[in-house]
Amino acid sequence: MSELIKHIENPVLEIRKLSVAYNKDKSAVTNVSAGIKKNKVTAIMGPSGCGKSTLLRAINRMHDLYPNIEIQGDILLNGEETTHMSTILLRRKIGMVFQRPNPFPTMSIHDNVIAGYKLNGIKLKKSDKNDIVEKSLRDVVLWDEVKDSLTKKGTFLSGGQQQRLCIARALAFKPDVILLDEPTSALDPVATKKVEELLIQLKEHYTILLVTHNMSQAARISDYSMFMYLGELVEYGRTKDMFINPIDNRTEEYLTGKFS
Amino acid sequence: MKKLASNHKHTNPLLRKRLSKDRVFAGGVILFSAITISPIVLIIYKLISKGYKQINFDFFSKKAPDTYEAMVAVNSGEVIPGGILNGITGTLYMVFIASVMAIPVGLLIGIFLYEQKTKRYAGIVRDIVDILQGVPSIVLGLIAYFWVVKNITNGFSALAGSTALAIMMLPLIIRSTEETLKMIPDTVKEAGFALGVPYHKIILRVLIPSGFSGLATGILLAISRVIGETAPLMLTALGSMEVNFDMTKPTSAVPLLIWDFYNDPNMVDLIWSSSLFLMMIVLLLNLVSKQLIAKRS
Repeated sequence: MSELIKHIENPVLEIRKLSVAYNKDKSAVTNVSAGIKKNKVTAIMGPSGCGKSTLLRAINRMHDLYPNIEIQGDILLNGEETTHMSTILLRRKIGMVFQRPNPFPTMSIHDNVIAGYKLNGIKLKKSDKNDIVEKSLRDVVLWDEVKDSLTKKGTFLSGGQQQRLCIARALAFKPDVILLDEPTSALDPVATKKVEELLIQLKEHYTILLVTHNMSQAARISDYSMFMYLGELVEYGRTKDMFINPIDNRTEEYLTGKFS
Repeated sequence: MKKLASNHKHTNPLLRKRLSKDRVFAGGVILFSAITISPIVLIIYKLISKGYKQINFDFFSKKAPDTYEAMVAVNSGEVIPGGILNGITGTLYMVFIASVMAIPVGLLIGIFLYEQKTKRYAGIVRDIVDILQGVPSIVLGLIAYFWVVKNITNGFSALAGSTALAIMMLPLIIRSTEETLKMIPDTVKEAGFALGVPYHKIILRVLIPSGFSGLATGILLAISRVIGETAPLMLTALGSMEVNFDMTKPTSAVPLLIWDFYNDPNMVDLIWSSSLFLMMIVLLLNLVSKQLIAKRS
């Protein structure tokens, strides 16, 4: 592994010797260690099946849903081991956005944004609710487009708008970290551009961890990049450095398009 | 296709052959579809033409007549007095109690099968549910007879009838619940988990509302399936001349009345009108569930 960044000062999130295996013979993520810097966009790149989504989903413990997955190593959020936290609290501190936009089909746009509060039974005053909805939708630059149709179903929006709605839903809880799993792979170029611009703005207040198979996307918006290959973290460094001067051969081959 | 064929002259013999094959096939499909729908059209025609005479206000508001009243009316060429109120109330009452028993249990088992789809125990439960669906209804009537008539109400009763109907409804509700939940994409569930929503709340507040129309459809179809059941009710509810809302007493039902009318030569006309009524209820339930399915997609 590259020694470029072995240590990050005061990481929000620290991954220590993490291994994830779907079954005994096949390890999806092998011995990954990395710190994630606060208020930066960190991209995880790599070819299909290299374990980038698996790594991302280990962070908010989505793997807990599937009993056969074996996980070793630790992940620390602000110095606290995530395995010792309740998944309910952990997932409120770490928001997640998925590959395909997945607003709740039965809920209005308004309810989708505060779904985290609603579904968790957290009672809010009506004015607080409206404030959170407006603030979250403004954060994702969706407010002007939907302010007159807040009572319509979330699925009524276009794909790009739905994805921004899902980001707003993740922001409503004011998480420390936002995980995005190829958030633009189901979107058209215009919607992709909007989401990318949004992510750059959001890093002012949030730490963003982005999985992407799109190298130029990583180059455009990330400050730090990880390159994963066959479950290993091959190289981790500043995006600029990595794209100009990759250290590992495999990184160079990937970035120059020798394999994908 | 037809338009294409008529607007252009096809000189290519191969293409002409394909087009004529196409027409033969389309004709066959239409013909056999017509054969399939003809029985239902004939049934409804027969029921309306024979049954409309008896459908009047009394039909819904009076109890079934006795043989003597019917005989007098028939001999003087009048409409048979009385109606099927005891049957309508009995059917509604027993189906209601059966629904109260079967719907919560069926939904819970359906959710269980969906959540534990790969577990061995769930597989066994699923197989048993499938077998239950194939058990002849009269056998279920016998079971309810031994469980309820013999041991609980000590006599024929509405409760026994409802029990038999509930057992019939269970497999239908369970399987439709499972199938409906399977159709909801996993991503919706994951969206809930990623927000830190506890498991039971995801089921109650995300999955069930998302699949609501599907669940309602399954329940309506289960009701329409049992509303016309006769055999299990003969062994359990028996039938009654009175309007009865006592769970422990014998109770009538529309299909039981049809059977009674059939056995009484003076009441032939009532058979048709009662059947028409039952048929209309079942059609209505099916139409409503069709609407629900259309709304879902």
